[in-house]
Amino acid sequence: MMDRLVIEGLALTRGERRLFEGLSLNLAKGEAVALTGANGAGKTSLLRAVAGLIRPEAGAVSFFRPDGEIEPETARGQGLHLLGHQDGLKSTRTAAEELGFWSRWLGGSAVDLDQAVEALQLEPLLALEVRKLSAGQRRRLALARLIASPRPLWLLDEPMAPLDAPRRALFGQMMQAHLDEGGLILAAVHDALPVPARTVKVGE
Amino acid sequence: MSALSALMRRELALAWGRGGGPLFACAFYIGLATLLPLAEGPSPQKLSAVAPGTAFAALALSSLLSLERLFERDYEDGALDLLTLGALPLELAAAVKCLAQWLANGAPLALIAPVVSIALGAEPRLALITVIAALAGGLGFAFVGGIGAALALGARRGGLLIAVVVLPLFAPLVIFGAGAIEAYGAGLEWKPALAFLVAYSLAAAGLAPVAMAAACRNALS
Repeated sequence: MMDRLVIEGLALTRGERRLFEGLSLNLAKGEAVALTGANGAGKTSLLRAVAGLIRPEAGAVSFFRPDGEIEPETARGQGLHLLGHQDGLKSTRTAAEELGFWSRWLGGSAVDLDQAVEALQLEPLLALEVRKLSAGQRRRLALARLIASPRPLWLLDEPMAPLDAPRRALFGQMMQAHLDEGGLILAAVHDALPVPARTVKVGE
Repeated sequence: MSALSALMRRELALAWGRGGGPLFACAFYIGLATLLPLAEGPSPQKLSAVAPGTAFAALALSSLLSLERLFERDYEDGALDLLTLGALPLELAAAVKCLAQWLANGAPLALIAPVVSIALGAEPRLALITVIAALAGGLGFAFVGGIGAALALGARRGGLLIAVVVLPLFAPLVIFGAGAIEAYGAGLEWKPALAFLVAYSLAAAGLAPVAMAAACRNALS
């Protein structure tokens, strides 16, 4: 079980543009970090670099468990969730099919899947095609992955943007429960996170 | 295992889902085969001489049609990001996607290949070898095509790029596939050509996933 994420001297470049350099960050279990910064400062890129989708120009991202470092492939394949603007949901498939597929691909069990449906109040949406869902409903379906396949590190990119006030509160409880169980949260946000979090500013 | 079978079911459902991709590929195949007699003239001798080979070349073209969506749609909606975060390597995911492409597109095309070939004037006794060659070739079309589909990720007019990248790599499949059918029809030794066809397809199935995964990672970064 992952209990620490360490980012050291990270520099990211997109195209010709240097987004930031020398970014260091230490995230321990039970902790949440809110990444802030202007549009285009590199918050999303930082999350994608942690997920291994972008290779950093310099610096390193490492994952640890109590007895030592975890292989990056293992950590990324079994230990983290990435929830971005694009939710990976196919518009022509039903909510149940999509959630079921992603939960299995990301290593979740049937019990976890039922819990996710309950936690995000998805029951009435399950039979609907994804294209018939509103932006907020789609986001809830994407968020359900976090519960449907339990993994310690959550990388969240503006997770609450399309949610209504009651669902924001609900998601706040979800995040708190995750932190209480020893989870780690790294979230790019513009508004404050609904859980106690350290703020790290990305970019100048 | 359950993750792989879930991916396979998803891929098949997407291929057969709205839009009916395989049906379009089959309709395109039949349409292409219908144009041929119009160009060649209606002489049965002339047509039946070229029927098996032409049917196989038309099969190669029809296999190109649905390749564009193979990775592109997962790339556009972020699903490809999530596929890299599974416990199983992206190479396996790419291989499963190509296998599904073969089952959903290659198999229906292989089943109508003898119909097209016979309609063009090939002898009915060639039907079985035509299905076998089309199935074996279809595996190669799917995996070699998958490399093109992954390389074209994010490119504008990706479909055309795929065709340009992939068609030269289809050449051995067309040579050995059509060659096996022609040799069988002429009463010659046809097994070596079929063996080469199967070997090329299996080599593609073995090597292409590595290339596809690398191309996908490159497109995502």
